[in-house]
Amino acid sequence: MKNIKISGLSKILLLITGLLFVGALFVPMWQIQLEAPQYPEGLVLRLHANKIGGDVEIINGLNHYIGMATLHTENFIEFKVLPYVFGAFALISILLIFVAKRKAVLAFLITYVLFIVLAAIDFYRWNYEYGHNLDPNAAIRVPGMAYQPPLIGYKQLLNFGAYSIPDTGGWMLTAAGFLLFLVVLKEYKFNKNK
Amino acid sequence: MKNKFVKAIFAIALGSALFTSCKPKNSGDAVSGDAAQKAYVGPGKYDEFYNFVSGGFSGQLSVYGLPSGRLFRVIPVFSVDPEKGWGYSEETKPMLNTSNGFVPWDDLHHTEMSQTNGEVDGRWVFGNANNTPRIARIDLKTFKTAEIIELPNSGGNHSSPFITENTEYVVAGTRFSVPPDYENGDVAINTYKENFKGHISFVKVGKEGEMDLAFQIVTPGVNFDLSHAGKGKSHGWFFFSCYNTEQANTLLEVNASQRDKDFIMAVNWKKAEEYIKAGKGKKQSVKYVHNKWNEKTHTATSEMKNEVLVLDAAALKDICYMIPCPKSPHGCDVDPTGEYIVGSGKLAALIPVFSFDKLMGAIKNKKFDGEYGGIPVVKYEAALHGEVQKPGLGPLHTEFDGKGNAYTTFFVSSEVVKWDIKSLKVLDRVPTYYSVGHLCIPGGDSKKPFGKYLIAYNKITKDRYLPTGPELAQSAQIYDISGDKMKLILDFPTIGEPHYAQAAPAELIRNNGQLKFYKIADNNHPFVAKGEKEAKVVRKGNRVDVWMTSIRSHFAPDNIEGVKVGDEVYFHVTNLEQDWDVPHGFAIKGADNGELLIMPGETATLKWIPKKAGIWPMYCTDFCSALHQEMQGYVRVSPAGSNVPITYSLGTNLPKATK
Repeated sequence: MKNIKISGLSKILLLITGLLFVGALFVPMWQIQLEAPQYPEGLVLRLHANKIGGDVEIINGLNHYIGMATLHTENFIEFKVLPYVFGAFALISILLIFVAKRKAVLAFLITYVLFIVLAAIDFYRWNYEYGHNLDPNAAIRVPGMAYQPPLIGYKQLLNFGAYSIPDTGGWMLTAAGFLLFLVVLKEYKFNKNK
Repeated sequence: MKNKFVKAIFAIALGSALFTSCKPKNSGDAVSGDAAQKAYVGPGKYDEFYNFVSGGFSGQLSVYGLPSGRLFRVIPVFSVDPEKGWGYSEETKPMLNTSNGFVPWDDLHHTEMSQTNGEVDGRWVFGNANNTPRIARIDLKTFKTAEIIELPNSGGNHSSPFITENTEYVVAGTRFSVPPDYENGDVAINTYKENFKGHISFVKVGKEGEMDLAFQIVTPGVNFDLSHAGKGKSHGWFFFSCYNTEQANTLLEVNASQRDKDFIMAVNWKKAEEYIKAGKGKKQSVKYVHNKWNEKTHTATSEMKNEVLVLDAAALKDICYMIPCPKSPHGCDVDPTGEYIVGSGKLAALIPVFSFDKLMGAIKNKKFDGEYGGIPVVKYEAALHGEVQKPGLGPLHTEFDGKGNAYTTFFVSSEVVKWDIKSLKVLDRVPTYYSVGHLCIPGGDSKKPFGKYLIAYNKITKDRYLPTGPELAQSAQIYDISGDKMKLILDFPTIGEPHYAQAAPAELIRNNGQLKFYKIADNNHPFVAKGEKEAKVVRKGNRVDVWMTSIRSHFAPDNIEGVKVGDEVYFHVTNLEQDWDVPHGFAIKGADNGELLIMPGETATLKWIPKKAGIWPMYCTDFCSALHQEMQGYVRVSPAGSNVPITYSLGTNLPKATK
């Protein structure tokens, strides 16, 4: 019971999971699309593992009207830590192929899910911070109005519609979690060596 | 008796009814039922073609959409435009420099788009200055005039700016023959025959569009009118219509209409190139300027040139040939195959069509009819393909649809006539409103016409639109020519007075790498401020330079003190925005020039000499944002000799606290 080795298929899935973690380093994880009458072409904020990308300069320029703080990659410790976290996840996925213990895979899955929950809380916290902590001398002040973008989904913020959804990297991370879950499911439910 | 009277009344009534019903139907009937649908481009939808229309005496170039006839932009070229600061900002002033100094106005008659392999390529459009002879090149990535070159030895640059099929050259022919600049011009006007000469200019166009006056060909004194390059088989040749071969210097209306035939001059420019290589060009001392816009420094430079190579057409027998053409020819158009050359005698009642093959045969077999001023004259019949009989009255210009048809405008009979190039049979005719000059079919003078629409640019407007006093808009008409019959689909007013125009498929220009804004990092303007931290005011003697920035919705600095009456103040305004469609403007009260209109990432300079002490407001003129009306500032001007120091600030010059 203790020493059940995972199957070959699971190892392949783990390899793919590792590659997905590596891949997620190079593409944006999350995007907040903004649309307004004046921006028929749309604006987009892209959150990479290591930086804020997209039309960040233009968005910073616009945010001064409502007194929102400007966004700068260097102000977020997350962008320094996340690349290492993903690197570690990738390494663990590969190591698990050699360790090949299903318990270890389960432990990793739980860790990963915990990480996702923490990341979501962190993302919400920043959204709240930027959306509420406004300069009281801003040109546009709408009583009771906050500009917190949605954690996920759509929300109207004055003339801007904000649409917050995963980007390529986000989908890769989702896929990685799903694959880990599959491995666990396979090893615990469908393993003949039980 | 009474009966007779009634009968008589009845007869008169009937007669007049018949008489009025015989009157031709008015123009309202000329529009077919589905015209509106054909010209309609819905809100937010794009036109099929860009139309680059010469602005005539406005000196500018206007850009329309086809088939909607909507005006998109007026590009300042040869005339100042205070709206855009063209000719008013320090950076643009050199663009309008000439060997005669700063010239604020000109008359832009013809546009010609660059071509590759004889097809419109969407890189540049050229325009001619008719009064003070020049050629301009407009960049179609920025829709901005990028270069202007002046032409020496010329007066009235009319047969210009036509190009060869790979944009090797853009040409110019002088309308007024004049004594050359390299000879004494202080001669009696009635010595035209001895002292006046024609010069045609070949301006080389480089890979990046840069123009260089490669050589000129000196000819007998005549009026050169229009021109077109050969293409395909006739590539290497250029054809110029000329009139006043009578060499009259007064009352040309009569005196230049004496000869039954004038000429189309065929120029073998490849041969001319060989002669230039062989050193046959004579260096002549002249003065002309070459003005260039630098997109990195956002500044124009004007360079004076002192020399031109001139080839003598009479001495070198085989570069120019005269083809007789009836009645003061105007239009000179070459069909898409390059075989047929259409001459249009302004006063003729027929259209002669020449054959390039026959012309070559005539030259080879020396079928000449003497010489004109030392240039061989080819026998009319020897070069003639045939004549279009009874096409209309007063043919002016011809364009082609690429399906074997030609379309010629008739000024006097006010119509466009469609005819078959090979059989010379008239196929269709439609009226224009009124007295059409040039016409345009997209790609209509290239190897590859897009024969869907035809636009007639008229010289007389009269009752076409709601009246606006004595001075009226010019009228243009769009015809659908996709079927056998031409159909009028739209009437639209134009700016200035349109002459020639060009059109190209919208995709060709939309997708040519249209610039949305200038990168501030690439801005090498000597007075750029790449951020508010670099904004400053510096005095040097009585010169005050203001490094100013604009971003929604403030200037930095917006409070300036220490300027004195009589100072030369230069506001160098950098638009810090890096987004599409966020220009800022700049104006200050009492400035005796224009405003600045500054695109994102650009720097522009307004010179201001304050004449009175006081507070002088300045503001952003382009509604940039919700707080555009807040985008303003003040300059304090103190009397000359006062000792108020230069100070400048943004947001910090607050009232002193009262205790």
